[in-house]
Amino acid sequence: MTDSVPSAGADQAAPAAASAPVPGLSANAAALTAVALAVQVVEMTKRFPGVVANDCVSFEAAEGEVHALLGENGAGKTTLCNLLMGLYRPDAGKLFVGGRAVRFHSPKDAQDAGIFMVHQHLRLVESMTVAENVVLGWSPSRQFRFSPGKVEKVVAEASERFQMPVDPRARIWQLSLGERQRVEILKALYRGAKVLILDEPTTVLTPQEADQLFSSVRDMTAEGRTVIFISHKLPEVLAVADRVTILRQGRSITTVPTAGTDADHLAGLMVGHEVSLEAAAKLAEEAGPVVLELAGVSARGDLGAEALKDVTLEVRAGEILGIAGVAGNGQRELAEVITGLRETTAGSISLGGSRLPAGDPRAAIDLGIAYVPEDRMGTGISPNLSIAENLMLKSYRRKAMRSGPVLSSRKAIANAKVAIERFDIRAPGPRTLIRQLSGGNIQKVLLARELSSEPRVLVAASPTRGLDVGATQYVRRTLSETAKSGVAVMMVSEDLDEVLELSDRIAVFYNGRVVGVVEAADANRQQIGLMMAGAS
Amino acid sequence: MTGPLRIERRLDTPKWLKVAVPLASLLLAAILAGILLASTGHNPISTYHQMYSAAVTAPGGLTSTFVYATPMLFTGLCAAFAFRMRTWNIGGEGQLYMGAVGAAAVGLCLGDWPRPLLIIAMILGGALSGTVWAAIPALLRAYLRTNEILTSLMLNYVAGFFMYYLIYDSTSYWRDLSSPGASVFPTGKTLGPNATWPGINIGSFTLPMGFVLGIGLAVGLLVLIQKTRYGFEMRVMGDSPNAANYSGIRTKRKIVSVMAISGGIAGIAGSSQIGDFGHVLDPRGLEQAQYGYTGIVVAALALYNPLAVVLVSLLIGGLTNAGFALEGPSFPTGLVGTMEGIILFTVLGGEILARYRIGIRRRAVPAASAAQLTTGGVAS
Repeated sequence: MTDSVPSAGADQAAPAAASAPVPGLSANAAALTAVALAVQVVEMTKRFPGVVANDCVSFEAAEGEVHALLGENGAGKTTLCNLLMGLYRPDAGKLFVGGRAVRFHSPKDAQDAGIFMVHQHLRLVESMTVAENVVLGWSPSRQFRFSPGKVEKVVAEASERFQMPVDPRARIWQLSLGERQRVEILKALYRGAKVLILDEPTTVLTPQEADQLFSSVRDMTAEGRTVIFISHKLPEVLAVADRVTILRQGRSITTVPTAGTDADHLAGLMVGHEVSLEAAAKLAEEAGPVVLELAGVSARGDLGAEALKDVTLEVRAGEILGIAGVAGNGQRELAEVITGLRETTAGSISLGGSRLPAGDPRAAIDLGIAYVPEDRMGTGISPNLSIAENLMLKSYRRKAMRSGPVLSSRKAIANAKVAIERFDIRAPGPRTLIRQLSGGNIQKVLLARELSSEPRVLVAASPTRGLDVGATQYVRRTLSETAKSGVAVMMVSEDLDEVLELSDRIAVFYNGRVVGVVEAADANRQQIGLMMAGAS
Repeated sequence: MTGPLRIERRLDTPKWLKVAVPLASLLLAAILAGILLASTGHNPISTYHQMYSAAVTAPGGLTSTFVYATPMLFTGLCAAFAFRMRTWNIGGEGQLYMGAVGAAAVGLCLGDWPRPLLIIAMILGGALSGTVWAAIPALLRAYLRTNEILTSLMLNYVAGFFMYYLIYDSTSYWRDLSSPGASVFPTGKTLGPNATWPGINIGSFTLPMGFVLGIGLAVGLLVLIQKTRYGFEMRVMGDSPNAANYSGIRTKRKIVSVMAISGGIAGIAGSSQIGDFGHVLDPRGLEQAQYGYTGIVVAALALYNPLAVVLVSLLIGGLTNAGFALEGPSFPTGLVGTMEGIILFTVLGGEILARYRIGIRRRAVPAASAAQLTTGGVAS
């Protein structure tokens, strides 16, 4: 194993072909039975408290196939991968690898079966060399000594064979994100990957790097490996995959060969066909003056790449501007730029005509920008402080919260009691630690705090994510009422139904840019789905 | 996920547990240390009795316990205050040295000022020196994102060498160059009578002024943390830096100011060393005492609570005092250090019990899920 990267198909083909007939095969697979199946998922179900993340999901991928899993966020892609990787155990259903039924208890089991995953967030040791990372935690021959030369040779050879240029002696921190991803792939190949799962691999890549990746993927499948390609971007799915399985709300909707389909069709399958009645019923009310205005705003993401590119938007008083898009296309950066949590690299943001200082959260708060962040527990609240203290997280600087020079706990409690009453927060009392509350009640505390400051602008990012039906309804109603009271509301959501239901106008984000802004009244699900997936 | 122990965070720690756990921890420490004493050929009961009398009842015993406790009270507050916000100021040692240098300079320079004014000036001089010294790692941390643990720790050595330089390697203002003894062995100038801090005498026991000051400071810090906007910001930042930034707290300035206050407190420890006890800048004595590092232990045992620091500094001060009293051919110094270590382990270990519920995981889970998997498969 240490001598060269093995080519996959050869040694595994025989047993797989022998045990081909398995119940639950679709018509598509029947056409492919000539080719051995590498992975087969049969009616797999995984439940979490309150949600069914995977509901009878089935799909199969043949050897030498690039099989895409396409779906919106929350469609169950990640859960499915974690099941394949042995990170979760299914509640029901079967998994076959190379025709044999397997049950994984840990990622180690999955790797022993030849299934490897390249995660979106790469897992490499930055201070070590490429070769060292490749062998880290992996010693098939149980040899104690690590001979870098040998590994470097194998890595160099493999990187040439799959057109993934990377210097085996380079240290990880010296490499670009694209190169790091190649290291992850080489690592999997070195360890004998037969099935390689790529989780949203192009997120960190430039278009050129992405093209290069696709051609490397082709080289790998030409040797009999299987690549499972997770994505929500239609163009790249069409470019690289042989077949696509569409996941929607935890179910596998269908599997189609990419040869006979187009982006339109896939987008329809991905977002579903139902027409949102609420959106149609909404009457275009008289929107007020422009309150928040972004002109040519750009910003970097956490990884240093440009995540927001030349964004120009405006939000009017009394309207909800919905920001649609698949997660990771710049929406979080957009919200953070407006609220001062992220520096801009270009452009300007103005509030009621006057320019907002960039990267200054306190100024944004003082000027009346309220923010319900996506990361509720990590950013929106201080988990080990009480409800009362969290409610004054932004108002503690005001005189109203003090008696003399010290903070008045009496006033804080009184303030909390009002909020608990008004926002129907279910809690033992104002002194309860906020981390003890349910997600819905935490969100109510957040809304209570943000709205009690009488803001001019409310930015709400994924405000209903993870909430149960009742809390979701409550939050949506609150957002609508807030807009009606004259606040300019910007709502970021990956849930297209939510965006359609609540928004007056919808701006669609793809790859850090505004692809288009449409009136919700004449918005078309399919059209927005296409824009979200970058096929304009 | 794996392993037989199941550790859950308690949602609520009952009040009685908060009191019972530290007491039980101390009892356990006494038992463990007793085993250690017995195994090294000492009778634990009589040793404990000897220690108690050395630290409390012997003539001058209680006074010297307070002499040891006073600097530990300050350095303990220094660490507790900074650690409360999870800024790890390990530089109390160096900030104490610089405080002593500053206070000695003030005491020497303004020796003819009236006593109360001079004492206040010495306190401020020490505090300012400690603040400046702590500001270096603080600014580096806030604006260049260096690790304040490393920088503050390394600056301790710089401060130590600086202090040695002043007395041993230069003809500085602090060094005594006139008295006959000083030509044989380098020493610092002795401060005048006005620079001597008054103690409070209760019978034969003397309560150092520094300790009283420290108690006042502890109360002040507690109020600052619990009751003011400043403290509120500290608590938010210590709990969640992201939430602090989100709520408009100027996090960089906060780090600098908390570290600076923390350094100022350690600086006052230096002032007290000069004014209360030494009356001379004595690099060797200050360095050997290691009060700055002991302060970290004191803060940890006090769980960063300023008022608890007062009690813990007395406990550790008493132990140190007793250790020096018992020290001899049959009782090595290391034993006392080991006992302090045992107390630290049991108290911090006990704290985990108070905050987490620990149980044994049952191994039946995999079998159950496997059964579910097969039945589920058949059903669907």
